Amino acid sequence: MSSTGSFAGLAGRSAGLLVQPRMGFSDPARMRAGLDAVRRAGAATVGTLTLDSYTRVKDYDSAGRALADALPLNGYPLVTHGPDTTRAVLDGIQGPDFPVQVRHGSALPDDIIAALVAAGLDATEGGPVSYCLPYSRVPLREATAGWARSCERFAELRDRGVEPHLESFGGCMMGQLCPPGLLIAITVLEGLFFHRHGLRSISLSYAQQTDARQDEEAVAALRSLATAFLPDDTDWHIVVYAYMGKYPRTHGGALLVLRAAAGLAVRTGATRLIVKTPAESYRIPTIEENVEALEFAGAAAAAEATRTPPDPAPPPDTGIAAEARQLIEAVLDLHPDVGQALVRAFAKGYLDVPYCLHADNHGRSRGYIDEAGRLRWASVGSMPIRGITGGTREQAVGSSELLSALSYVERTHDLLALRSQDTRTSDALDAGTTAADLRQA
Amino acid sequence: MLMNPVNAAVAPRGRTVLLSSVSSDSHTWNLVFLQLLLEEMGHRVINLGACVADELLVQECSAIRPDLVVISTVNGHGQADGLRLIGKLRADPETRDTPVVIGGKLGITGGAPEGMARRLVEAGFSAVFQDDADPAALGRFLAALEDRAEPRREVAAP
Repeated sequence: MSSTGSFAGLAGRSAGLLVQPRMGFSDPARMRAGLDAVRRAGAATVGTLTLDSYTRVKDYDSAGRALADALPLNGYPLVTHGPDTTRAVLDGIQGPDFPVQVRHGSALPDDIIAALVAAGLDATEGGPVSYCLPYSRVPLREATAGWARSCERFAELRDRGVEPHLESFGGCMMGQLCPPGLLIAITVLEGLFFHRHGLRSISLSYAQQTDARQDEEAVAALRSLATAFLPDDTDWHIVVYAYMGKYPRTHGGALLVLRAAAGLAVRTGATRLIVKTPAESYRIPTIEENVEALEFAGAAAAAEATRTPPDPAPPPDTGIAAEARQLIEAVLDLHPDVGQALVRAFAKGYLDVPYCLHADNHGRSRGYIDEAGRLRWASVGSMPIRGITGGTREQAVGSSELLSALSYVERTHDLLALRSQDTRTSDALDAGTTAADLRQA
Repeated sequence: MLMNPVNAAVAPRGRTVLLSSVSSDSHTWNLVFLQLLLEEMGHRVINLGACVADELLVQECSAIRPDLVVISTVNGHGQADGLRLIGKLRADPETRDTPVVIGGKLGITGGAPEGMARRLVEAGFSAVFQDDADPAALGRFLAALEDRAEPRREVAAP
Protein backbone atom coordinates (compact mmCIF):
# COMPACT_ATOMS: atom_id res chain seq x y z
CA MET A 1 0.00 0.00 0.00
CA SER A 2 1.43 3.39 -0.90
CA SER A 3 1.77 5.71 2.03
CA THR A 4 0.00 9.04 2.33
CA GLY A 5 0.38 11.44 5.17
CA SER A 6 -0.48 15.09 5.49
CA PHE A 7 3.17 16.02 6.13
CA ALA A 8 4.82 13.37 3.91
CA GLY A 9 7.17 14.95 1.38
CA LEU A 10 6.14 18.40 2.59
CA ALA A 11 9.44 20.05 1.65
CA GLY A 12 9.09 18.93 -1.96
CA ARG A 13 5.37 19.70 -2.23
CA SER A 14 5.44 23.34 -1.16
CA ALA A 15 6.52 26.05 -3.57
CA GLY A 16 7.49 28.53 -0.88
CA LEU A 17 7.63 28.88 2.87
CA LEU A 18 4.66 27.42 4.76
CA VAL A 19 3.46 29.51 7.67
CA GLN A 20 1.77 28.04 10.72
CA PRO A 21 0.15 29.54 13.83
CA ARG A 22 0.18 28.23 17.42
CA MET A 23 -3.55 28.45 17.81
CA GLY A 24 -5.77 26.57 20.20
CA PHE A 25 -9.22 27.21 21.67
CA SER A 26 -11.20 25.04 24.07
CA ASP A 27 -14.54 25.59 22.31
CA PRO A 28 -14.84 23.18 19.33
CA ALA A 29 -16.84 25.67 17.24
CA ARG A 30 -14.22 28.37 17.77
CA MET A 31 -11.42 25.88 17.08
CA ARG A 32 -13.10 24.92 13.80
CA ALA A 33 -13.61 28.57 12.87
CA GLY A 34 -9.95 29.24 13.64
CA LEU A 35 -8.68 26.37 11.50
CA ASP A 36 -11.01 27.39 8.67
CA ALA A 37 -9.75 30.99 8.85
CA VAL A 38 -6.13 29.79 8.76
CA ARG A 39 -6.90 27.58 5.76
CA ARG A 40 -8.50 30.50 3.92
CA ALA A 41 -5.77 33.01 4.87
CA GLY A 42 -3.91 34.69 2.02
CA ALA A 43 -0.73 32.67 2.58
CA ALA A 44 0.50 29.08 2.22
CA THR A 45 -0.58 27.77 5.62
CA VAL A 46 -0.44 24.70 7.80
CA GLY A 47 -3.06 24.33 10.54
CA THR A 48 -2.43 23.86 14.23
CA LEU A 49 -4.37 22.37 17.12
CA THR A 50 -2.59 23.63 20.22
CA LEU A 51 -3.67 21.76 23.32
CA ASP A 52 -4.36 23.26 26.75
CA SER A 53 -1.99 22.96 29.68
CA TYR A 54 -4.26 20.66 31.73
CA THR A 55 -4.11 18.08 28.94
CA ARG A 56 -0.33 18.46 28.80
CA VAL A 57 -0.04 17.30 32.41
CA LYS A 58 -2.80 14.65 32.07
CA ASP A 59 -5.09 16.56 34.45
CA TYR A 60 -8.26 15.54 32.60
CA ASP A 61 -10.43 16.23 35.67
CA SER A 62 -9.57 19.93 35.59
CA ALA A 63 -10.01 20.08 31.80
CA GLY A 64 -13.40 18.36 32.08
CA ARG A 65 -14.51 20.63 34.92
CA ALA A 66 -13.51 23.74 32.97
CA LEU A 67 -15.52 22.53 29.94
CA ALA A 68 -18.53 21.77 32.16
CA ASP A 69 -18.30 25.23 33.75
CA ALA A 70 -17.76 26.89 30.34
CA LEU A 71 -14.45 28.37 31.56
CA PRO A 72 -12.10 29.03 28.63
CA LEU A 73 -8.85 27.02 28.59
CA ASN A 74 -5.58 28.10 27.01
CA GLY A 75 -5.89 25.45 24.28
CA TYR A 76 -7.95 22.61 22.79
CA PRO A 77 -8.49 19.68 25.23
CA LEU A 78 -8.08 16.93 22.63
CA VAL A 79 -8.30 13.94 24.99
CA THR A 80 -11.33 15.29 26.86
CA HIS A 81 -13.32 16.27 23.75
CA GLY A 82 -12.82 12.79 22.24
CA PRO A 83 -12.48 11.64 18.61
CA ASP A 84 -16.02 12.40 17.39
CA THR A 85 -15.89 16.05 18.43
CA THR A 86 -12.42 16.45 16.94
CA ARG A 87 -13.42 14.77 13.66
CA ALA A 88 -16.30 17.23 13.44
CA VAL A 89 -13.88 20.12 14.07
CA LEU A 90 -11.64 18.92 11.22
CA ASP A 91 -14.30 17.68 8.78
CA GLY A 92 -13.94 19.32 5.38
CA ILE A 93 -11.02 21.49 6.60
CA GLN A 94 -8.11 19.11 7.09
CA GLY A 95 -6.93 17.54 3.85
CA PRO A 96 -3.94 16.95 1.56
CA ASP A 97 -3.78 20.68 0.81
CA PHE A 98 -4.17 21.70 4.45
CA PRO A 99 -2.24 19.54 6.92
CA VAL A 100 -3.00 20.01 10.62
CA GLN A 101 -0.40 19.45 13.35
CA VAL A 102 -1.15 18.83 17.03
CA ARG A 103 1.06 20.91 19.35
CA HIS A 104 1.01 20.03 23.03
CA GLY A 105 4.13 20.22 25.23
CA SER A 106 3.62 16.91 27.03
CA ALA A 107 6.47 14.85 28.51
CA LEU A 108 4.26 11.75 28.43
CA PRO A 109 2.34 11.96 25.14
CA ASP A 110 0.74 8.49 25.02
CA ASP A 111 -2.86 9.67 25.57
CA ILE A 112 -2.39 12.57 23.16
CA ILE A 113 -0.90 10.38 20.41
CA ALA A 114 -3.73 7.85 20.86
CA ALA A 115 -6.35 10.62 20.76
CA LEU A 116 -4.94 12.33 17.68
CA VAL A 117 -4.67 9.06 15.75
CA ALA A 118 -8.26 8.19 16.77
CA ALA A 119 -9.39 11.56 15.44
CA GLY A 120 -7.75 10.99 12.04
CA LEU A 121 -4.73 13.25 12.58
CA ASP A 122 -1.18 12.22 11.62
CA ALA A 123 1.23 15.00 12.66
CA THR A 124 2.49 16.26 16.00
CA GLU A 125 5.65 17.45 17.72
CA GLY A 126 7.74 17.27 20.88
CA GLY A 127 10.53 15.00 22.01
CA PRO A 128 11.89 13.10 25.02
CA VAL A 129 14.20 15.96 26.03
CA SER A 130 12.52 19.04 24.62
CA TYR A 131 9.10 18.32 26.17
CA CYS A 132 10.49 16.95 29.42
CA LEU A 133 13.21 19.25 30.72
CA PRO A 134 11.71 22.69 30.18
CA TYR A 135 8.08 21.92 30.95
CA SER A 136 7.66 19.03 33.33
CA ARG A 137 8.74 17.30 36.51
CA VAL A 138 8.78 13.88 34.85
CA PRO A 139 12.19 12.14 35.22
CA LEU A 140 14.07 12.16 31.91
CA ARG A 141 14.39 8.37 31.98
CA GLU A 142 10.60 8.04 32.23
CA ALA A 143 9.95 10.60 29.49
CA THR A 144 12.45 8.86 27.20
CA ALA A 145 10.74 5.48 27.73
CA GLY A 146 7.32 7.08 27.24
CA TRP A 147 8.32 8.84 24.05
CA ALA A 148 9.89 5.64 22.70
CA ARG A 149 6.61 3.73 23.21
CA SER A 150 4.54 6.60 21.80
CA CYS A 151 6.77 6.89 18.71
CA GLU A 152 6.40 3.18 18.06
CA ARG A 153 2.60 3.31 18.38
CA PHE A 154 2.49 6.42 16.20
CA ALA A 155 4.64 4.69 13.57
CA GLU A 156 2.02 1.92 13.34
CA LEU A 157 -0.07 4.37 11.33
CA ARG A 158 2.08 3.27 8.40
CA ASP A 159 0.34 -0.13 8.51
CA ARG A 160 -2.84 1.75 7.58
CA GLY A 161 -1.10 3.50 4.70
CA VAL A 162 -0.57 6.77 6.55
CA GLU A 163 2.92 8.21 7.08
CA PRO A 164 3.00 9.83 10.54
CA HIS A 165 5.04 12.98 11.06
CA LEU A 166 6.88 14.05 14.18
CA GLU A 167 8.70 17.34 14.71
CA SER A 168 11.45 17.74 17.30
CA PHE A 169 11.02 20.79 19.51
CA GLY A 170 14.69 20.50 20.50
CA GLY A 171 15.74 23.65 18.65
CA CYS A 172 13.54 25.71 20.95
CA MET A 173 14.84 24.73 24.39
CA MET A 174 13.67 27.30 26.97
CA GLY A 175 12.72 29.60 24.08
CA GLN A 176 15.69 31.86 24.67
CA LEU A 177 19.21 32.27 26.09
CA CYS A 178 20.31 28.79 24.97
CA PRO A 179 23.23 29.20 22.55
CA PRO A 180 22.66 27.64 19.08
CA GLY A 181 25.15 24.74 19.25
CA LEU A 182 23.17 23.06 22.02
CA LEU A 183 19.80 23.69 20.31
CA ILE A 184 21.05 22.06 17.11
CA ALA A 185 22.56 19.10 18.95
CA ILE A 186 19.34 18.38 20.86
CA THR A 187 17.04 18.59 17.82
CA VAL A 188 19.34 16.34 15.72
CA LEU A 189 19.58 13.81 18.59
CA GLU A 190 15.79 13.82 18.98
CA GLY A 191 15.47 13.28 15.22
CA LEU A 192 17.72 10.24 15.55
CA PHE A 193 15.62 9.06 18.49
CA PHE A 194 12.41 9.36 16.40
CA HIS A 195 14.03 7.42 13.55
CA ARG A 196 15.25 4.73 15.92
CA HIS A 197 11.66 4.28 17.13
CA GLY A 198 10.15 3.89 13.69
CA LEU A 199 9.40 7.35 12.34
CA ARG A 200 10.55 8.31 8.84
CA SER A 201 8.84 11.68 8.32
CA ILE A 202 10.58 14.08 10.68
CA SER A 203 11.20 17.80 11.10
CA LEU A 204 13.93 19.52 13.07
CA SER A 205 13.47 22.93 14.64
CA TYR A 206 15.37 26.12 15.31
CA ALA A 207 14.03 29.14 17.20
CA GLN A 208 15.11 32.61 16.11
CA GLN A 209 17.41 34.10 18.75
CA THR A 210 19.01 37.54 19.09
CA ASP A 211 21.22 38.00 16.01
CA ALA A 212 20.25 37.37 12.37
CA ARG A 213 23.71 36.38 11.13
CA GLN A 214 24.23 34.00 14.05
CA ASP A 215 20.82 32.44 13.35
CA GLU A 216 21.67 31.98 9.66
CA GLU A 217 24.90 30.24 10.54
CA ALA A 218 22.97 28.08 13.02
CA VAL A 219 20.29 26.92 10.57
CA ALA A 220 22.95 26.17 7.94
CA ALA A 221 24.78 24.11 10.58
CA LEU A 222 21.55 22.31 11.46
CA ARG A 223 21.03 21.43 7.79
CA SER A 224 24.54 20.06 7.33
CA LEU A 225 24.43 18.02 10.57
CA ALA A 226 20.95 16.63 9.83
CA THR A 227 22.23 15.56 6.41
CA ALA A 228 25.25 13.93 8.02
CA PHE A 229 23.50 12.15 10.90
CA LEU A 230 19.93 11.26 9.80
CA PRO A 231 19.74 7.94 7.90
CA ASP A 232 19.11 8.22 4.16
CA ASP A 233 15.56 6.87 4.37
CA THR A 234 14.45 9.90 6.43
CA ASP A 235 12.08 12.40 4.83
CA TRP A 236 12.99 15.53 6.80
CA HIS A 237 12.68 19.29 6.74
CA ILE A 238 13.53 22.28 8.91
CA VAL A 239 11.00 24.40 10.79
CA VAL A 240 11.95 27.86 12.06
CA TYR A 241 10.18 29.45 15.01
CA ALA A 242 9.69 33.19 15.29
CA TYR A 243 11.34 34.43 18.50
CA MET A 244 9.84 32.63 21.47
CA GLY A 245 10.87 34.94 24.28
CA LYS A 246 9.36 38.22 25.39
CA TYR A 247 7.85 39.84 22.29
CA PRO A 248 7.93 43.57 21.47
CA ARG A 249 5.05 45.55 22.90
CA THR A 250 4.62 47.80 19.87
CA HIS A 251 2.81 46.38 16.86
CA GLY A 252 5.60 47.58 14.59
CA GLY A 253 8.30 46.04 16.74
CA ALA A 254 6.52 42.69 16.78
CA LEU A 255 6.16 42.77 12.98
CA LEU A 256 9.88 43.54 12.65
CA VAL A 257 10.73 40.39 14.59
CA LEU A 258 8.29 38.38 12.50
CA ARG A 259 9.68 39.79 9.26
CA ALA A 260 13.20 38.86 10.37
CA ALA A 261 12.03 35.33 11.20
CA ALA A 262 10.45 34.97 7.74
CA GLY A 263 13.66 36.26 6.15
CA LEU A 264 15.73 33.79 8.14
CA ALA A 265 13.46 30.89 7.14
CA VAL A 266 13.62 31.80 3.43
CA ARG A 267 17.38 32.45 3.31
CA THR A 268 18.11 29.15 5.05
CA GLY A 269 15.70 27.07 2.97
CA ALA A 270 13.38 26.14 5.85
CA THR A 271 10.05 24.54 4.89
CA ARG A 272 7.85 25.90 7.69
CA LEU A 273 7.74 28.95 9.93
CA ILE A 274 5.89 28.96 13.25
CA VAL A 275 4.49 32.46 13.53
CA LYS A 276 3.94 34.55 16.63
CA THR A 277 1.37 37.34 16.68
CA PRO A 278 1.94 40.90 17.94
CA ALA A 279 -0.80 40.34 20.57
CA GLU A 280 1.08 37.44 22.12
CA SER A 281 3.17 39.63 24.44
CA TYR A 282 0.16 40.24 26.65
CA ARG A 283 -2.57 37.67 25.92
CA ILE A 284 -3.74 34.72 23.82
CA PRO A 285 -4.37 36.12 20.32
CA THR A 286 -7.71 36.06 18.50
CA ILE A 287 -8.38 34.21 15.22
CA GLU A 288 -8.16 37.47 13.28
CA GLU A 289 -4.82 38.37 14.86
CA ASN A 290 -3.47 34.94 13.93
CA VAL A 291 -4.60 35.36 10.32
CA GLU A 292 -3.10 38.84 10.13
CA ALA A 293 0.27 37.56 11.41
CA LEU A 294 0.22 34.57 9.01
CA GLU A 295 -0.52 36.80 6.02
CA PHE A 296 2.17 39.24 7.06
CA ALA A 297 4.73 36.45 7.46
CA GLY A 298 3.73 34.91 4.12
CA ALA A 299 4.11 38.24 2.35
CA ALA A 300 7.44 38.92 4.08
CA ALA A 301 8.67 35.50 2.95
CA ALA A 302 7.55 36.14 -0.63
CA ALA A 303 9.32 39.52 -0.60
CA GLU A 304 12.50 37.92 0.74
CA ALA A 305 12.37 35.17 -1.91
CA THR A 306 12.16 37.66 -4.77
CA ARG A 307 14.78 40.04 -3.41
CA THR A 308 17.61 40.39 -5.92
CA PRO A 309 20.34 39.76 -5.46
CA PRO A 310 19.91 37.51 -2.45
CA ASP A 311 22.38 37.95 0.39
CA PRO A 312 25.59 36.85 -1.34
CA ALA A 313 28.07 36.11 1.43
CA PRO A 314 27.34 33.19 3.76
CA PRO A 315 27.72 34.14 7.42
CA PRO A 316 31.24 33.67 8.81
CA ASP A 317 31.92 30.39 10.63
CA THR A 318 32.02 31.14 14.36
CA GLY A 319 32.13 27.48 15.34
CA ILE A 320 28.42 26.70 15.80
CA ALA A 321 28.52 23.59 13.58
CA ALA A 322 31.70 22.32 15.27
CA GLU A 323 30.17 22.86 18.72
CA ALA A 324 26.94 21.05 17.79
CA ARG A 325 28.84 18.16 16.16
CA GLN A 326 31.05 17.81 19.24
CA LEU A 327 27.95 17.55 21.47
CA ILE A 328 26.19 15.05 19.18
CA GLU A 329 29.25 12.80 18.93
CA ALA A 330 29.96 12.97 22.67
CA VAL A 331 26.36 11.90 23.39
CA LEU A 332 26.27 9.10 20.79
CA ASP A 333 29.52 7.71 22.21
CA LEU A 334 27.84 7.16 25.60
CA HIS A 335 25.51 4.32 24.53
CA PRO A 336 24.49 2.55 21.29
CA ASP A 337 20.82 3.40 22.05
CA VAL A 338 20.24 7.11 21.50
CA GLY A 339 17.56 7.33 24.23
CA GLN A 340 19.86 5.86 26.86
CA ALA A 341 22.70 8.00 25.54
CA LEU A 342 20.56 11.12 26.10
CA VAL A 343 19.73 10.10 29.68
CA ARG A 344 23.44 9.48 30.42
CA ALA A 345 24.47 12.71 28.73
CA PHE A 346 22.29 14.78 31.05
CA ALA A 347 23.41 12.77 34.10
CA LYS A 348 27.04 13.51 33.23
CA GLY A 349 26.38 17.13 32.28
CA TYR A 350 27.53 16.56 28.66
CA LEU A 351 24.26 18.25 27.82
CA ASP A 352 23.25 21.04 30.23
CA VAL A 353 20.44 23.42 29.29
CA PRO A 354 20.99 26.92 30.67
CA TYR A 355 18.42 28.17 33.22
CA CYS A 356 16.50 24.90 33.12
CA LEU A 357 15.21 23.96 36.59
CA HIS A 358 14.49 20.27 35.90
CA ALA A 359 16.01 17.87 38.44
CA ASP A 360 17.79 15.88 35.71
CA ASN A 361 19.54 18.95 34.28
CA HIS A 362 22.90 19.89 35.82
CA GLY A 363 21.98 23.59 35.88
CA ARG A 364 25.58 24.78 35.70
CA SER A 365 25.58 26.27 32.20
CA ARG A 366 24.55 29.87 31.52
CA GLY A 367 23.90 31.84 28.36
CA TYR A 368 24.19 35.61 27.93
CA ILE A 369 23.88 38.22 25.20
CA ASP A 370 27.18 39.92 24.34
CA GLU A 371 27.72 43.61 23.47
CA ALA A 372 27.13 42.86 19.77
CA GLY A 373 23.81 41.14 20.50
CA ARG A 374 25.01 37.57 19.93
CA LEU A 375 24.06 34.70 22.19
CA ARG A 376 27.11 33.30 23.99
CA TRP A 377 28.09 30.92 26.76
CA ALA A 378 28.81 32.57 30.13
CA SER A 379 29.47 29.07 31.42
CA VAL A 380 29.41 25.66 29.68
CA GLY A 381 29.31 23.61 32.89
CA SER A 382 30.60 20.09 32.10
CA MET A 383 29.72 20.15 28.39
CA PRO A 384 32.72 19.10 26.27
CA ILE A 385 32.69 22.28 24.17
CA ARG A 386 34.88 24.70 26.08
CA GLY A 387 36.30 27.37 23.81
CA ILE A 388 34.77 26.21 20.51
CA THR A 389 32.59 29.29 20.02
CA GLY A 390 34.77 31.56 22.17
CA GLY A 391 35.67 31.77 25.82
CA THR A 392 33.33 31.91 28.77
CA ARG A 393 33.47 34.65 31.39
CA GLU A 394 34.09 35.11 35.09
CA GLN A 395 31.09 36.97 36.47
CA ALA A 396 27.77 35.24 37.06
CA VAL A 397 24.57 36.35 35.37
CA GLY A 398 22.52 38.18 38.03
CA SER A 399 18.83 39.09 38.15
CA SER A 400 19.13 42.47 36.44
CA GLU A 401 21.30 41.12 33.61
CA LEU A 402 18.88 38.21 33.21
CA LEU A 403 15.89 40.56 33.07
CA SER A 404 17.68 42.74 30.56
CA ALA A 405 18.62 39.72 28.40
CA LEU A 406 15.06 38.38 28.54
CA SER A 407 13.77 41.70 27.20
CA TYR A 408 16.63 42.37 24.72
CA VAL A 409 14.64 41.48 21.60
CA GLU A 410 11.58 43.32 22.90
CA ARG A 411 13.55 46.49 23.69
CA THR A 412 15.67 46.66 20.54
CA HIS A 413 12.74 46.06 18.18
CA ASP A 414 10.37 48.43 19.98
CA LEU A 415 13.04 51.11 19.75
CA LEU A 416 13.59 50.45 16.04
CA ALA A 417 9.86 50.58 15.35
CA LEU A 418 9.36 53.81 17.30
CA ARG A 419 12.36 55.43 15.62
CA SER A 420 11.19 54.49 12.14
CA GLN A 421 7.78 55.96 12.94
CA ASP A 422 9.39 59.21 14.07
CA THR A 423 11.65 59.79 11.10
CA ARG A 424 10.06 57.80 8.28
CA THR A 425 13.56 57.52 6.86
CA SER A 426 14.58 54.19 8.28
CA ASP A 427 14.29 51.22 5.98
CA ALA A 428 12.88 49.39 8.98
CA LEU A 429 9.29 48.33 8.70
CA ASP A 430 6.82 51.08 9.43
CA ALA A 431 4.51 50.26 12.31
CA GLY A 432 1.51 50.67 10.02
CA THR A 433 2.79 48.50 7.22
CA THR A 434 0.43 45.64 6.47
CA ALA A 435 0.71 42.46 4.50
CA ALA A 436 -1.10 44.13 1.60
CA ASP A 437 1.42 46.98 1.54
CA LEU A 438 4.24 44.49 1.49
CA ARG A 439 2.70 42.58 -1.40
CA GLN A 440 2.44 45.78 -3.44
CA ALA A 441 6.02 46.72 -2.63
CA MET B 1 16.17 21.18 40.47
CA LEU B 2 18.73 23.71 41.47
CA MET B 3 20.55 26.65 40.22
CA ASN B 4 23.73 27.41 42.06
CA PRO B 5 22.98 30.38 44.32
CA VAL B 6 24.29 33.76 43.22
CA ASN B 7 25.09 34.77 46.79
CA ALA B 8 26.70 32.00 48.75
CA ALA B 9 25.88 33.85 51.97
CA VAL B 10 22.39 34.33 53.29
CA ALA B 11 22.07 37.72 55.03
CA PRO B 12 21.59 37.72 58.84
CA ARG B 13 18.01 38.89 58.41
CA GLY B 14 17.56 36.67 55.37
CA ARG B 15 14.35 34.68 55.10
CA THR B 16 13.69 31.23 53.72
CA VAL B 17 11.44 31.49 50.69
CA LEU B 18 9.71 28.55 49.05
CA LEU B 19 9.28 29.53 45.39
CA SER B 20 6.88 27.62 43.17
CA SER B 21 4.67 27.54 40.12
CA VAL B 22 1.19 25.95 40.07
CA SER B 23 0.25 22.51 38.82
CA SER B 24 -0.63 23.38 35.21
CA ASP B 25 2.04 26.05 34.60
CA SER B 26 5.26 25.05 32.87
CA HIS B 27 6.80 28.55 32.63
CA THR B 28 10.05 28.95 34.55
CA TRP B 29 11.74 32.23 33.51
CA ASN B 30 9.63 34.00 36.14
CA LEU B 31 10.92 31.50 38.74
CA VAL B 32 14.55 31.81 37.61
CA PHE B 33 14.38 35.61 37.81
CA LEU B 34 12.70 35.62 41.23
CA GLN B 35 15.25 33.16 42.60
CA LEU B 36 18.15 35.38 41.51
CA LEU B 37 16.43 38.52 42.79
CA LEU B 38 15.56 37.08 46.20
CA GLU B 39 19.04 35.59 46.60
CA GLU B 40 20.61 38.93 45.78
CA MET B 41 18.45 40.44 48.55
CA GLY B 42 20.05 37.96 50.95
CA HIS B 43 17.23 35.45 51.21
CA ARG B 44 17.50 31.69 50.88
CA VAL B 45 15.39 30.29 48.06
CA ILE B 46 14.09 26.79 47.49
CA ASN B 47 12.85 26.74 43.92
CA LEU B 48 10.35 23.94 43.20
CA GLY B 49 10.19 24.77 39.48
CA ALA B 50 7.44 24.04 36.93
CA CYS B 51 4.14 22.15 37.23
CA VAL B 52 4.12 21.69 41.01
CA ALA B 53 1.19 19.56 42.15
CA ASP B 54 -0.81 20.97 45.07
CA GLU B 55 0.08 17.95 47.24
CA LEU B 56 3.82 18.39 46.57
CA LEU B 57 3.67 22.03 47.55
CA VAL B 58 1.77 21.29 50.79
CA GLN B 59 4.27 18.54 51.56
CA GLU B 60 7.34 20.72 50.89
CA CYS B 61 5.82 23.60 52.82
CA SER B 62 5.21 21.34 55.83
CA ALA B 63 8.74 19.97 55.68
CA ILE B 64 10.61 23.23 55.07
CA ARG B 65 8.41 25.61 57.10
CA PRO B 66 9.47 28.61 55.01
CA ASP B 67 8.99 32.20 56.15
CA LEU B 68 7.11 32.85 52.92
CA VAL B 69 5.68 30.90 49.99
CA VAL B 70 5.86 32.76 46.66
CA ILE B 71 3.59 31.42 43.92
CA SER B 72 4.46 32.81 40.49
CA THR B 73 2.36 31.84 37.47
CA VAL B 74 1.94 33.25 33.97
CA ASN B 75 -0.05 30.70 31.93
CA GLY B 76 -3.44 32.26 32.56
CA HIS B 77 -4.80 29.50 34.81
CA GLY B 78 -3.52 31.28 37.94
CA GLN B 79 -6.88 32.23 39.35
CA ALA B 80 -8.37 28.74 39.14
CA ASP B 81 -5.17 26.96 40.17
CA GLY B 82 -4.40 29.52 42.88
CA LEU B 83 -7.84 29.27 44.48
CA ARG B 84 -7.66 25.47 44.57
CA LEU B 85 -4.09 25.48 45.93
CA ILE B 86 -4.65 28.01 48.71
CA GLY B 87 -7.66 26.01 49.88
CA LYS B 88 -5.40 23.01 50.43
CA LEU B 89 -2.64 25.02 52.12
CA ARG B 90 -5.13 26.67 54.49
CA ALA B 91 -6.85 23.36 55.25
CA ASP B 92 -3.63 21.69 56.43
CA PRO B 93 -2.70 22.47 60.07
CA GLU B 94 1.01 22.43 59.13
CA THR B 95 0.67 25.17 56.53
CA ARG B 96 -2.43 27.03 57.72
CA ASP B 97 -0.54 30.05 59.03
CA THR B 98 2.34 30.28 56.55
CA PRO B 99 2.27 33.56 54.59
CA VAL B 100 1.57 32.80 50.91
CA VAL B 101 1.63 35.35 48.09
CA ILE B 102 0.74 34.89 44.42
CA GLY B 103 1.68 36.93 41.38
CA GLY B 104 2.07 36.94 37.60
CA LYS B 105 -0.38 36.80 34.70
CA LEU B 106 -3.37 35.33 36.48
CA GLY B 107 -6.04 35.32 33.72
CA ILE B 108 -5.98 34.65 29.97
CA THR B 109 -7.57 37.90 28.82
CA GLY B 110 -4.77 40.35 29.65
CA GLY B 111 -5.27 42.73 32.56
CA ALA B 112 -6.84 41.58 35.79
CA PRO B 113 -10.36 40.17 35.82
CA GLU B 114 -12.68 42.23 37.99
CA GLY B 115 -12.40 41.33 41.66
CA MET B 116 -9.83 38.59 41.11
CA ALA B 117 -7.28 39.90 43.63
CA ARG B 118 -10.03 40.26 46.22
CA ARG B 119 -11.23 36.69 45.64
CA LEU B 120 -7.67 35.38 45.98
CA VAL B 121 -7.08 37.27 49.24
CA GLU B 122 -10.47 36.19 50.62
CA ALA B 123 -9.52 32.60 49.83
CA GLY B 124 -6.40 32.94 51.99
CA PHE B 125 -3.51 34.52 50.06
CA SER B 126 -1.56 37.05 52.12
CA ALA B 127 -1.03 39.31 49.08
CA VAL B 128 -1.60 39.35 45.31
CA PHE B 129 0.96 40.91 42.97
CA GLN B 130 -0.51 41.66 39.53
CA ASP B 131 1.45 41.38 36.30
CA ASP B 132 2.53 45.04 36.41
CA ALA B 133 3.74 44.98 40.05
CA ASP B 134 7.26 46.23 40.76
CA PRO B 135 9.43 43.22 41.70
CA ALA B 136 10.82 45.32 44.59
CA ALA B 137 7.35 45.20 46.17
CA LEU B 138 8.01 41.55 46.99
CA GLY B 139 11.21 42.58 48.76
CA ARG B 140 9.31 45.14 50.80
CA PHE B 141 6.71 42.52 51.69
CA LEU B 142 9.47 40.19 52.90
CA ALA B 143 11.16 42.94 54.90
CA ALA B 144 7.87 43.69 56.61
CA LEU B 145 7.24 40.08 57.64
CA GLU B 146 7.10 39.64 61.41
CA ASP B 147 9.72 37.40 62.96
CA ARG B 148 8.24 33.97 63.49
CA ALA B 149 7.19 33.04 67.02
CA GLU B 150 8.63 29.56 66.63
CA PRO B 151 11.95 28.78 64.96
CA ARG B 152 11.63 27.21 61.56
CA ARG B 153 12.99 23.73 61.08
CA GLU B 154 16.48 23.66 59.67
CA VAL B 155 16.74 21.86 56.37
CA ALA B 156 19.57 21.39 53.96
CA ALA B 157 19.48 23.46 50.80
CA PRO B 158 18.07 21.39 47.93
